[in-house]
Amino acid sequence: MSRFAVGDRVRVHDLWPPTPPTHVRTPHYVRGHEGVVERICGTFGNPEELAFGRRDAPRETLYRVRFRQADLWPGYDGSAADHIEIEIYEFWLSPAGQ
Amino acid sequence: MSHTHDHEHAPPRPDLDDTMTYYRVMEEAVRSLLIEKGIVTADEVRREVENMDARTPANGAQVVARAWVDPDFREQLVANPKQAIGEIGHDIGPMHLVVLENTPAVHNVVVCTLCSCYPRWLLGRPPDWYKSRAYRSRVVREPRAVLREFGTEIADDREVRVHDSTADMRYLVLPLRPDGTDGLSEAELAALVGRDSMIGVTEVAPPLRA
Amino acid sequence: MGGLEAGAIDREMHDYALWERRVDALMMLLSGPRRIMTVDQLRKGIEALPPDAYDSMTYYERWIASLTNALLDAGVLTTEELGARMAEVSARGPEAE
Repeated sequence: MSRFAVGDRVRVHDLWPPTPPTHVRTPHYVRGHEGVVERICGTFGNPEELAFGRRDAPRETLYRVRFRQADLWPGYDGSAADHIEIEIYEFWLSPAGQ
Repeated sequence: MSHTHDHEHAPPRPDLDDTMTYYRVMEEAVRSLLIEKGIVTADEVRREVENMDARTPANGAQVVARAWVDPDFREQLVANPKQAIGEIGHDIGPMHLVVLENTPAVHNVVVCTLCSCYPRWLLGRPPDWYKSRAYRSRVVREPRAVLREFGTEIADDREVRVHDSTADMRYLVLPLRPDGTDGLSEAELAALVGRDSMIGVTEVAPPLRA
Repeated sequence: MGGLEAGAIDREMHDYALWERRVDALMMLLSGPRRIMTVDQLRKGIEALPPDAYDSMTYYERWIASLTNALLDAGVLTTEELGARMAEVSARGPEAE
């Protein structure tokens, strides 16, 4: 059961450095920012465990989250309508405002 | 990672096929040991190389052209890419594909800022620039400037939507069908569709008039 | 890497050499049907390369370095047999194709 639904506003955690140090698939530039769930992609093995070769890594819900470019980059040089969409695992997300 | 370089590319490298560099030696040593241990066979490696060589942007161009001429196929392509693409004869293997439709209101462009994720099961191996530090750093932050370098000008009132392929999904842009192509066959349409338009750094140009 | 300052995009293409395509093929086999290592392991290993690796190594050089480390970590290969085989390959020169 996924924690968030399409259209929910979510906030990306801003944990750095990660503990323990590993390979993460959440880019720096969205950490600490809020966006909107665009779709639920399904469940996939947690890459932070797969990075250590754990084939039986627990499965996690993966979302696509849409961010306003103007929110991510100070002085963004483009249209206010421009967006970026990226995939983020559930454990990196909180409800917006938290 | 060093931030002092103002340009990204190393000096041109010669074709390395007749030079035994350290890493080429490593590849041969690792491969021969894996074969001796029975983990892979030489035939499997050869087949894998051939299979990936056979995947080219022409496969994606066929998919795009079919979507342009067949609205039912287009609908199915967006809803269930693996099945739709399978119906025209291309197996996209384990890939979870998302098809991004360009519209008069939205232009899509794809990047992988964390590594080099690419719809390789349809289009083959990615071009060098797609893997470059310059493209991966810049297209998320200044997509319109990057598109301009590829000769693509997107109107101010049209949204540019960047897709960062950060995890398990892969992306194929379905470009807009250019004007002036009403009389063209599906094969002629496919011939207009280049790799870069399916990554989203270009649009498909109309055919040149004689 | 997303969002960092960088210069113009070099659109020069090169054809992959056979050994590079073999690195690609080995990775597909080891991460797919053989279940020997994961793609995320490959990525973690690439990120662990020295800071200048991105400029001093080519794409598939980074792949084979990371792939080999993962095989050593997993005990699929030993450093001893790898070292010995690399010495043999170096001494012999390129294999016939």
